[in-house]
Amino acid sequence: MNHAASEPGVPVELLLEAGRADAHYWRDLWRFRELLGFLAWRDVKVRYKQAVLGAAWALIQPAITLVIFTFVFGRLANMPSGGVPYPLLVLAGLLPWQLFSGAATGASNSIVGNSHLISKVYFPRLVAPLSSLAVALVDFAFVLALFFATALWFGASNPAARIFATPTWHLLALPVFVAFALLLALGAGLWLASLMVKFRDFRFIVPFILQVGAFISPVGFRTDYYPNWRALLALNPLTGIIGGFRWCLLGGDQSLDLLTLAYAVVLTSLLLATGLWYFRKTERRFADII
Amino acid sequence: MSAIVVESVSKRYEIGRRPEHDTLRDTLSHGAKNLWSRLRRRTTGAAGEDDFWALRDVSFTVEPGEVVGIIGRNGAGKSTLLKILSRITEPTLGRVRLRGRVASLLEVGTGFHPELTGRENIFLNGAILGMSRSEIRRKFDEIIAFAEVDRFLDTPVKRYSSGMYVRLAFAIAAHLEPEILIVDEVLAVGDLEFQKKCVGKMKQVAGGGRTVLFVSHNLAAVQNLCTSAIWLRQGRIAQQSAVRDCIAAYSSEGNRSAAFATTTGSKPRITSVRVNDLALADGALEVEVGFASPFAFAPVVGVILYTKFGQPISGGNGRMAGEHWRPIPTNNGTITARIAALPLHSDTYRVSVWLGDAAMDYDEKRDVAEFDFVARDFRPRAPSTDVIGPIDLPWQWSLSTK
Repeated sequence: MNHAASEPGVPVELLLEAGRADAHYWRDLWRFRELLGFLAWRDVKVRYKQAVLGAAWALIQPAITLVIFTFVFGRLANMPSGGVPYPLLVLAGLLPWQLFSGAATGASNSIVGNSHLISKVYFPRLVAPLSSLAVALVDFAFVLALFFATALWFGASNPAARIFATPTWHLLALPVFVAFALLLALGAGLWLASLMVKFRDFRFIVPFILQVGAFISPVGFRTDYYPNWRALLALNPLTGIIGGFRWCLLGGDQSLDLLTLAYAVVLTSLLLATGLWYFRKTERRFADII
Repeated sequence: MSAIVVESVSKRYEIGRRPEHDTLRDTLSHGAKNLWSRLRRRTTGAAGEDDFWALRDVSFTVEPGEVVGIIGRNGAGKSTLLKILSRITEPTLGRVRLRGRVASLLEVGTGFHPELTGRENIFLNGAILGMSRSEIRRKFDEIIAFAEVDRFLDTPVKRYSSGMYVRLAFAIAAHLEPEILIVDEVLAVGDLEFQKKCVGKMKQVAGGGRTVLFVSHNLAAVQNLCTSAIWLRQGRIAQQSAVRDCIAAYSSEGNRSAAFATTTGSKPRITSVRVNDLALADGALEVEVGFASPFAFAPVVGVILYTKFGQPISGGNGRMAGEHWRPIPTNNGTITARIAALPLHSDTYRVSVWLGDAAMDYDEKRDVAEFDFVARDFRPRAPSTDVIGPIDLPWQWSLSTK
């Protein structure tokens, strides 16, 4: 259903035509914000309603990844941590990674997953990927709590690590980096969601890309010890975001690599802008081919 | 000022590409070819061979407060038209002007989530249909009273019976208050009592000065609710007129009835075959077979029912009927074969008929009629009849553990 502007007694006219650039799209998106909220609420509710262990699932996966990465990068590869307890280093990198991969997966599947809605009701299709970000954000909150619990434990049990486990004023910048990770995920998700409608192959491609991404992004290691690789690593916008998360969450003298961050801002803007463009271009055909 | 103005609307689907989503491999291997044909099409504007026009040059206007029925066979373009008016898909050519708030109801319970409770689904479905949270809250009591599910409000809808599910879904939709309401085949569900209630509610909506566009196979409901009707045939408007004339024209045309030349031959002949629409709307099959003969005989008629693909489902004739069928000799008349509650899923079916007597075969008309059947019982998320077959047997389920 579409509500054209609803001053009572003033019927507005709606014109439907092929290939017509929809002038009201963004106003419509605002008008459908309640639907966005309801879809987000549905996804969150259903996710935790069906699982016996409920919220525990949001923790089990990162906890296991944490153990493996700590073992592989910290023990086997013996990579430098700059004095930060290795699990804490990994967890601070895992947080943005999980947020990104969860949000990108959700957004990619949002159109195909809501196909019964797409083919039966009108709403600005952007509502679907946007609402899917909520689940990733809720999962993120659980892992963030895990981080603080771990930091508290290291701070209490290991005096040498206390300085790294105590957050500084940098923590205030965390929401900015959370938004940053979500925008990057949205940019990727918009591309993948549109492509998945047309090519179901992307259902298999997305998990694969993310699996590779977990290793080429600096989740299990810190980047500031590899100056030779800096330029190459910076081509991955997640490098800047993960660096930002560590800067926010870890105490001690953490530095923020501004050049890498600038790269990340540019790449994210580019991905988001082209993602929006492609999504808007293809969304009018979603109902025909889904 | 008209509420709806449709100007030369056409909708093209590219059949070769539409039914299944592409795979990457196909696109890569046919990429060059596709690109070439697409480029050519773009420059010449010529339609490709594998194009299908679901709608072709459809124009009409609807005045505010008018209640218009849209009738036509499966695949005539009714659903495509409603999808365009609901903004789900765009017209390929032409344009549509809508004045006022539009709500469309193409399915009952769109977006219902089985895991969520009745209460939660009321809010979710309401939002999907375009109601605001405060609007839903205001109408909440009315909705549950209409649906008669107040005791199960906090039960997940996956535990609802299909009747309860439909009642709740319809109740939410019935409380939409748009200026233009677009409704597709939603009254054909639920039990008879509830259907009456739905038609009553629809009448109330229609009587309230709202513009309604109503698609149904249930011609009785169309006649009951609408003032005028549009008959679509193969994507074009075949007739637009007062509802009675339109239904009459639609009923007499097409394959649901057939009449044959009655040149008196040397033996009995089938003169007409008709599948009764009103009976179908009631869930019954009535095949009326008219016959004429140069001599008196004791007529026996056979009817075979087929799927849309021509596979026989069931057949019967007077010879099989035993004691039940003892016709008196006559020269002409009509024999009606009836199945009171047709145990089939919603689909398109075909009919062949045969005429004879106790010993002789006189005439037969193969594949003489075709009809669309809309099943009474609503099966949420039932697979296609292509998968589960056409027959709706009364399955019962039980579970034993250990």
